[in-house]
Formats: sequence, structure tokens, C-alpha cells
Amino acid sequence: MKNSVRFLLGTELREEQNLDPTMTVLQYLRTVVRRTGTKEGCAEGDCGACTVVVGELVGDSVRYRTINSCILFIATLDGKQLLTVEDLRAADGSLHPVQQAMVDCHGSQCGFCTPGFVMSLWALLENGASPTRSVIDEALAGNLCRCTGYDAIVRAAFQVLGEGARRTEPDPEIVAALKAITPAGVLSIETGGRRFIAPGSLDQLMPLLAQHPDAVLLGGGTDVGLWVTKQLRVLDTVIYLGNISELKKIEVTGSEITLGAGVSLTDSTPILAEHFPALEPLFQRFGSPPIRNSGTIGGNIANGSPIGDSMPPLIALKASVLLRRDGATREMQLDEFFVSYQETALEKGEILEAIKIPIEDDILFGVYKVSKRKEQDISAVCGAFAVRLDGTTVAEARVAFGGMAAIPRRAVQCEKALLGNSWTLDTIEEAAQALDEDFSPLTDMRGGAAYRRLVTRNLLLKFFHETSGEAVNVFDYEVPAHA
Amino acid sequence: MPESRIQGGVRQEVAHDSAHKHVSGEAVYIDDLLPLEGQLYAAIGMSKKAHARIVDLDLSGVFESPGVRAVMTAADVPGSNMVGPVVKDDEIFASEIVQYCGQSIFAVAADTVEHARLAATRARIVYEEIEPIFSIDRAMEKESFVLPFHTMKRGDSNRAISDSPHRLQGRLRTGGQDHFYLEGHVAIALPGEDGDMLVHSSTQHPTEVQEAVAEVLNMASKDVTVEVRRMGGAFGGKEVQATPIACVAALLADHTGLPVNLRLDRDDDMILTGKRHAFRIDYDVGFDDDGRIVGVKIDLASRCGITADLSGAIADRAMFHSDNCYFLENVTINSHRCKTNTVSDTAFRGFGGPQGMLGIESVIEDIATALGKDPLDVRKKNLYGVGHRDVTPYGMKVTDNILHDLIPRLEKSSDYHARKKEIERFNGENKFFKRGISLTPIKFGISFTVLHLNQAAALINVYKDGTVVLNHGGTEMGQGLYTKVSQIVAEEFQIDFDQIKITATTTGKVPNTSATAASSGTDLNGKAAEAAARVIKNRLTDFAAEYFGVVRDEVNFENNSVVVGESRISFKELVNLAYHARVPLSATGFYATPEIHYDREKAQGRPFFYFAYGAAVSEVVIDVLTGENKVLRIDILHDVGTSINPAIDIGQVMGAFVQGMGWLTTEELVWDSEGRLLTHAPSTYKIPTGGDVPADFRVELMESGGNKEDVIYRSKAVGEPPLMLANSVFFALRHAVAATSGHGGKPNMDAPATAECILMAIQELGERGGN
Repeated sequence: MKNSVRFLLGTELREEQNLDPTMTVLQYLRTVVRRTGTKEGCAEGDCGACTVVVGELVGDSVRYRTINSCILFIATLDGKQLLTVEDLRAADGSLHPVQQAMVDCHGSQCGFCTPGFVMSLWALLENGASPTRSVIDEALAGNLCRCTGYDAIVRAAFQVLGEGARRTEPDPEIVAALKAITPAGVLSIETGGRRFIAPGSLDQLMPLLAQHPDAVLLGGGTDVGLWVTKQLRVLDTVIYLGNISELKKIEVTGSEITLGAGVSLTDSTPILAEHFPALEPLFQRFGSPPIRNSGTIGGNIANGSPIGDSMPPLIALKASVLLRRDGATREMQLDEFFVSYQETALEKGEILEAIKIPIEDDILFGVYKVSKRKEQDISAVCGAFAVRLDGTTVAEARVAFGGMAAIPRRAVQCEKALLGNSWTLDTIEEAAQALDEDFSPLTDMRGGAAYRRLVTRNLLLKFFHETSGEAVNVFDYEVPAHA
Repeated sequence: MPESRIQGGVRQEVAHDSAHKHVSGEAVYIDDLLPLEGQLYAAIGMSKKAHARIVDLDLSGVFESPGVRAVMTAADVPGSNMVGPVVKDDEIFASEIVQYCGQSIFAVAADTVEHARLAATRARIVYEEIEPIFSIDRAMEKESFVLPFHTMKRGDSNRAISDSPHRLQGRLRTGGQDHFYLEGHVAIALPGEDGDMLVHSSTQHPTEVQEAVAEVLNMASKDVTVEVRRMGGAFGGKEVQATPIACVAALLADHTGLPVNLRLDRDDDMILTGKRHAFRIDYDVGFDDDGRIVGVKIDLASRCGITADLSGAIADRAMFHSDNCYFLENVTINSHRCKTNTVSDTAFRGFGGPQGMLGIESVIEDIATALGKDPLDVRKKNLYGVGHRDVTPYGMKVTDNILHDLIPRLEKSSDYHARKKEIERFNGENKFFKRGISLTPIKFGISFTVLHLNQAAALINVYKDGTVVLNHGGTEMGQGLYTKVSQIVAEEFQIDFDQIKITATTTGKVPNTSATAASSGTDLNGKAAEAAARVIKNRLTDFAAEYFGVVRDEVNFENNSVVVGESRISFKELVNLAYHARVPLSATGFYATPEIHYDREKAQGRPFFYFAYGAAVSEVVIDVLTGENKVLRIDILHDVGTSINPAIDIGQVMGAFVQGMGWLTTEELVWDSEGRLLTHAPSTYKIPTGGDVPADFRVELMESGGNKEDVIYRSKAVGEPPLMLANSVFFALRHAVAATSGHGGKPNMDAPATAECILMAIQELGERGGN
């Protein structure tokens, strides 16, 4: 059992004991090491002023990704590298090309969001992105700026990305330093009677669950972080699942994708998009890059929120969840996993181990997210549709919605109205009416009940028309060049 | 103006003076200041009820919470518990009755931020609820107002309307807006000897903070110093709202004798500080066959929240901009300032102007719909004339109108007509997507409408080595004010920009300042700094003439040196010589805007020194099935007179436009039935992101030959006016919605035009059969 957190801050090895188990990376930066370049804008991972980069050893290389330091606990960085805006200047003090481009393009006004933008752009450059507007927009979707109107920042991004990627070889010194601090065994820190425990394997995890039945299980922390920063909850025992390699497995057999519960949303995107192309635009609008880099597919599901974006499509795709308790596992259909508002079938001492998604090539599949803002918003409604046709007859229909009930749920009446009928506009219109029987949505800040009902019906129409090749995503719409 | 050869003179695209510090994280904001020994952290205990009598306030749980060092309520305030910029009607701590959800009741200081915030949740408060008023409609019904009714009129609007060939009535609601500066409210108060207080406050108005802190501590202005180097954004949200935050920090610092940092959590910031006023705008208009307005009556009802704050001036500015660019011959503009049990609404970029303009633009659009005309044609028919039809409803002659030149230029550069035609073709062929386009102009009055605020002062110190320290009353919130004013001083002394140190705004250096607001920062402080520099330059000129035995005309400052007759010495050498000759090298400068006057009772006068103009064309596409939409292209032509720094001005134009676009599209404030704000964080309140801004975003500054008035280097104010160019996005969306029913009827759309608003408007228009 190890009781100190070791990580690289820039290139400097830090070894911290007696840390508050739920101290955030941002609190650590600003109050412990006084790196105040990283700012707090919202303390909920929604504005990006706190964006920093975390480097993780992958084989003999280091993978750099942005995260929101305001909601990530510092102890999760054990064995990793943390880079902040203070690490970017060259040894001679000159600005990094990303920083210089921001100056050249007048990309800062008040400057408060700027370090976050700089770190997002740095990560983009480091990962060798191509300079297109959509790539830049996606990379910056988690960074809010209230002054510039973004255009100058986007120009800075084009300038620096246009100069070509910065990095070809991983720095051997950093690789060696990270190898030297790679976590082994269980990390356990205890301060003031409160604990942060990070097991490295399922075998290490299971007895800990028995020992600490009331522990909070921490995946990516994009929700639990807010319990601390926003609800001011005092968490006595946190068990961090992020070091358990079994939970990070991605397996594809001929007929099934298995995603470990700890696979980040970022890492789950390519495999899901490969088999279900409709999921790609959804996952591009799922939170923001730093949220997707931290947040896990299992966390999104186990959290049981009615508005998580992964659940409607996974339910429509007949995904199942693998639940593990000491020595035993059980499998359950995902749509049966949700019991009531934020309550799931998970029992005490049981964890969500993996999600299995059957690969079906012969289905029509669509998923649509409707929110106030295109980027980094929570759905008012998220609707997913999977239909198998036998000739022109609907042989199978799975329709699921988020934002329409206390849990993500199938639209049973709608499915019934589709099943066995011919795939025509008449059937669709009837099935759309049936949606009214399926749901009694609420009015809240994301949308009124009437709007939710109407848009739900329209999404089904959209799906139908899209399968006939008629409509496209409005966000992809480009003005055709005209004379 | 001499041709600039110095580095960083006027008209040069100098980078923001802090740009290299912004990008490296080295720019110091208030919460970044190194904490002093013993520094405490504060939090505010907020009301959970919108309107209630406090029957019992049990703070024992707060006192007993870990790390707590002090707790204060209204009873503990040594001086006055009341603050307010105009009327002192805002309580620092609610004493008997809470009047909105989130109102401050007490404050706590503890050893850490986390402890303070936790303690603030541990009060046990018994409330006795009183019936609240939340909406404009209810306030109008109950005649609940923070300030008296005001009216402005010319001619006989009622008669003109009823005699007109056509008549329309309508109503538009505009939502509020949260400022969402990235740096939330923060202040650090440091107690000194004699009970003195130094306050670092993220404020646009250091003088107001100074005076308020003195009043709550029962001290005088001389005892309090307020300093601010930079804010992480403000947008009007730190003009008044910073004051109570600073006061609470100062009260706790005074009480404990220790430095106190009060930084609001984002959610608390959004709940307990004021926002843009929501408006209900009712109109009755008469017009002729060409769409020319013959008579119009406009009723502006603004939701002001619970106290007066700046609502008087904001509602006035809405009235002043209810004409926008249009001559209203017979006009009545009424203003109702509604009192509601919501946080007091406050200054926000545009300051009532956006709401006033959106009202008259809706009138124009409705006329165009009714007559089946292009709204641009109706706009042109109603524009202020040049030499005729050129007097505003408040009796000010519009003498600098450039719209007759500006609009056609933009029509051409944006290819408006061809694109509109193409859009109509597209809409005819597409069922699921509709595109829309709109060209809207703006005319925005520049000056504080409260006369005495139109003054500024600056202090300049020249040191023996020829370097300069500049200080003025304006504050830096990202708009580049410090940069522009330094460029002006560099130009005046003919020295490089980097020879000047711009120092934090402090009440200790320049007293009795006005808020940095009303877009006036550069106009006022630039002139004051120029005046201060001129005092020193004149002394140096006199000295050089005498020392070198030439006449004054033979002494010229250019490119870091001074030419005296045939010879040239460096600025630094001249300064050093002057010092040894005992010439004073420090001076203050002062500026008061000339010409302006206003008789509010009669609603007549010249409240504005000049107008800033501009126009924008926006094109959008909407998804008919979901209401989701995308701005496809923006073309802006905006008038900044002769720009002091085109790069900074374009940044202001783009930033303001996108902020205005947010107000009119995705930024929706939602309260529940108990008066609790539901959209109090970026997870629920959606300001634009980069993806909302089109790749095709064209901004040009209008070459108008400079400001007609003697404004610094013939420039024009740029902070607020371009926000209202975003009206074009709203009306482009409306155009697209109208296309869903073949432009037969008027879409019922309020602002913000969220996806929900758009889809429901399409639905409703369809149900009306497009009529």
C-alpha cells in the first residue's frame, strides 16, 4: 500500500502526502504550488478557464489530453504528468508558438479564459491535428470566451496549426520519469479520517468494496467532482477506478463490442463510430473534449441520470451491462438497469464492469441530440432509433429517449406502432402520435413540455426522412457557393 | 496628427498591453494576489425565499462550522447598511425582509474558501412569506415600480396613428442576460492603520466602491483606497454589482483586523448579482403604403428587480434608442420601471439601448410583413434624413448621419440582394431547412446621459530616465483601454509605447472618477491623459526653448527625440536636463465632454456628444423539425471614426456582436415559480461557443472621415454599439421562420430565439395557416 501521490508537475517530480483526498487539481495548483495561471471560472467543468493537460504513459510514449482541473481530484494524477500554462515558455523565456499566435492574432482581451484556450490549443498541436475549422471548433468546444467572439482565437489556431506539428518524438526523460512512478498496488491516502483509495486491479478492488460499502466510486469524476465543488459534500471514502486496467479494455468480437466501464468517452468514440456512424456526431457534441477525456462510459451509465447522452443510443442498440460483485457477475439489458430517478439496479458492493453492444449491420440507426447550444450542452431531448426492416415491413423497432422521463427510457407505444407496419410516412406519423402516450415530459430550464413532445415526434420524422436520404444535420449545413 | 514613426503610436495595431501575460498566465487578477499572513476567506449567506420576513435567524451552526472566524449581519455594520449608485436602497445584508432569492443575509469569514462556503450553508432561518411579484405583467397589474413613469413625446401620435392608411399593434418580449464575465466577482480588503482600508476590487467603478466602503465602515473617502489593475471581463456587470462584494470584504476585514478575500462561486455570482433588464415592449403604429411610419406609440415596461440600481438611466437609454435610425415624426415613448422580487437588474453593455432598438426594429419588420415588402426597403424609407427629418424624439438634431452611405456599401459588399434571391429560391425547394437573411443598422448615442459623469482625469509622471508612468480613472476589463490611452500618450510625447508603464487604476492617484462605462473609456480618459501629457510637454517645450535659445515653434517632439532648431536630443536627455533645471515632470489632466445638455423633465436636449453607426447582414439556416439553427455568414460595416487601434476595435466589434447574438439566441434565463434562478451556471446558461460563430465572419471598419466632433484623434466609442448589430441574427431567424409558411404571416417570436422558440413559432404560424 502506497500512501503518497507522485506525479510530474511539468518536469518536476512531486510527491505529496497528507493531501485532502478530494482536493481538486485546480485547488492544488492555485493554493499549494501557487501556479495561478490556471483559473477558476465555474468549478463545474463547463467553462474551460481551468483547462490543463495531463500526460499519461502509453507504452513508450506519452499521450497528452486536456482535462478540467476544477473537478478532477489531484490524487487521480498519481503516476501522470501535469502540464499547465506556466510550462509552455521556452527555456530562454520566449513564448510558445501557441502563445505567440494568440498574441499575434489579438486572441485575448480580458485574458481570464486565455490560459485555458492556450492549453487546449497546445494539446491540439501536440496531437498533430489538421488545421480545419471543424477540428478547431471541436477542440475548443469546452472553452468559453466572453470577450473576443472567438474569431481571433480561431485565427490563432489556424496560424499555429498551419506551421505543422511540434512534436515528433516523446521526450525520453519524461518517459523514464513516468515509468519510474507508474502506480503499482493500491494507493491509499488518508487525511483527517477521510480516504482516497486507488486499486490497480479488480482483484484489489473487490475486497475494498466489502470493506467500504459506503465508498463513493470515482470514475472520471466529471460528476462526483461537482458533489464536492458545488454541493460541498464531504466524501469520507473515495475509491478511484481509473487505475484498474481491466475496466479500460475495449474488445470487439465478430458480433459484439465490449467496453470496459472505465473507458473514457474519448476512447470509446472511434470504435463506436466505426460500427455506428450516427454516434460520431453525437459523441462530438457530448460534453467537451476535456469532459470526454475524463468522463467514462461506465460513469455516464452508472450515474443513472435521465439526460446522459450515451444511454438512449445504447438502449436502442440493445446494449447490456455486465455487473460484478465478489466472485460473480451478472448481465442485464441496459434498459432494465435504470430503476427510477438516479437509481439503478446496482447493488451495494457491486460495480458496473462493462457494457456490451451487439453489432448489427442490418439495422437503420439514428440518434439526435437537441439542446439550446450546439456545443457542450446537456440535451433537452436525446432520441435514438434502431429499426430492422424485413423488406418494407418493420421487423424490429427500438426507440429510446433521454430527457423525457426520470430515466432514459424506451418508447414502448411508439415501438408497437412501428412494429409489423410498413416503413412509410403514414406509419411514422402514427408512431409519432404514440410517443405522446409514452412520455409525460417536464418543463425545465432546458425546454418546455410542449416543445419536448413536439421535438420528440419530429425526431422520429427526421429519422425516417434521413433514412430516405432527405434531411441532413443543420450544423453541417454549408452555404453552397453561388454565382 | 504627425505621422507615427514611434513604436505603438495611435492608429497602430498594438497588441493588448497584457497580451503576453494573458497567454502565459502571468497576468495577475485579484484572486491571484499572494495571500497575506492570516488572510481569511469569506462567503455570503443567501436568502432561500423571494419575499419574506425573517422571523428567526439562528447563526449558531455557522459560528460552530469548522474554521469560522467571524460572522456578520446587518446589526454588525458600523456605518450604513444601505448602498446604491443613485438611490441608496440596496441593503448589504437584509435586515428584516428578504426581497429576492439569493439576497445576502449574512457573511462569514473562515480560514479557507471551502470552510467559508460550507459555513454559509449552515444558518437556520425561519421565514414568513409575503406574496411576491416576479413578472413584468404582474408588476404592471399591481403598479409595482422602482421609479416613476417617464414619457417622451413629439406631435400627436394617437391622431397620426388613427389617421394613417395602415395600423398595427404588437408586443415583443426580450429576455435578460447574465454577463458571464469569466472572472466572477472578487474583492480583497486589507485593513491598515487608523482603520484605513485598502480594497482590491474587480470593479468598473473604484470611486463608488471607495465611497460605499467608507459609508459602511462609518469612515471617509480619505480613509479608503480602491485599486484594480484588470478585470477578467465586466460588460457592465461590475459597474454597480462589485460594490456590495467589496463592502462585505471590507466589513469582515475591519471586524477581524485581518485581510479578507471574498470571491463568489459562479453559481452564487449568477444568483446574487444583477443582469440585463428583461423588457415587454408594446407598440401601436400607423404607416403609409410605402411603410413609412406616420405615428407610433411605444410602451416600454422593464423588469428592474427589487431596487433602483441604474434602472432609471437604463430605462431612459431604452427610450433614447426606441428610434434607432428612424425618424419618428409623431411619437410617444412611455417607460414603466417595474419592481419585482428578483435580483436588481443592472448595467449591461448597451444599457437599455438593445431593448429599445429591438422594439422599433420589430415594428419595422411587422410593417414589412404586413405590406409584403423587404424589411430593408422599409428601413430605408424611415431612416433619418440629412438636413431634413433629422431630429430625434428628444429634440437632438442628428448631424453626423452616415447611414445613407454606410448601408448601400454594406448591401454591395455583402451581396445582400443576390443572396436574398438565392435564399428565396432555396426555401422554395427545401422542406426541412429554411434560410433567412437580414440587414439591420444601428445608431447609438455616446455620452453618459447623466451629465456630471462625463468627466475624467489622468496623472502622468515622467521620470529622469525618460520613462513614463500613466494613470487614469478608467479601468481595464479587457477592452484595451490601457493600451489605447498609452498609445495616445506615446503619440503625444513621441516616445515608444514600451517607455510607458500603465499602472493599476486607484482612487489614491486619480480621485472622483466615473465608472468605466457607456463606451466612454477612451473618449474621456484618452482626452484627460492627452491633456496631462500636454502640460508636461508644454513645460519641456518652454524649457528647451529657453535652454537652447530658440523660439517655441522650433522645439518639436518626434520619434523618441526632440528637435531643437537644427539639433536633436533624445527625449530622455531633455527630461534629465529639465529635471536639473527644476522643471516639474508630473501633471494631471482633466476632460469634460463639451456641448451636451439635457432637460429630463421636458425630455429635450442633446444628451449625446455624437452617434456611432453601423450595420450588419446575417444569414442563418434553421432546422424546421427541431428549431436548431446555425449562423452561416456575418458581414459587418461599423463606424469607429478614425480608429486609434484597428485591431482592438475589430476585437470589440466581433466580441460585442457575438455577445449580442447570445442574448438573442441561446442565452435564456429561467426562474421557477418560487423565484429561484434555474440557470445559474454555464451548464444551464448557454453563452455562445466558438462553434456558434461562422467561419465566414467579415468585419470592416467604416472609412467615414473621422468623428465630426472633437473626440480624441477623431475616433468613436466602440464598446457597446456593435452588440446591437446582432439584431440582424434575430431578424434573419425570423425571416427563416416566416419562410416555413411562405412569408404569409408574422412569426410570433420573442427574444431569445432559442431552438424551442423557433420550433414553437413555426408550429404556431403553421396553425394560423401562415396569416
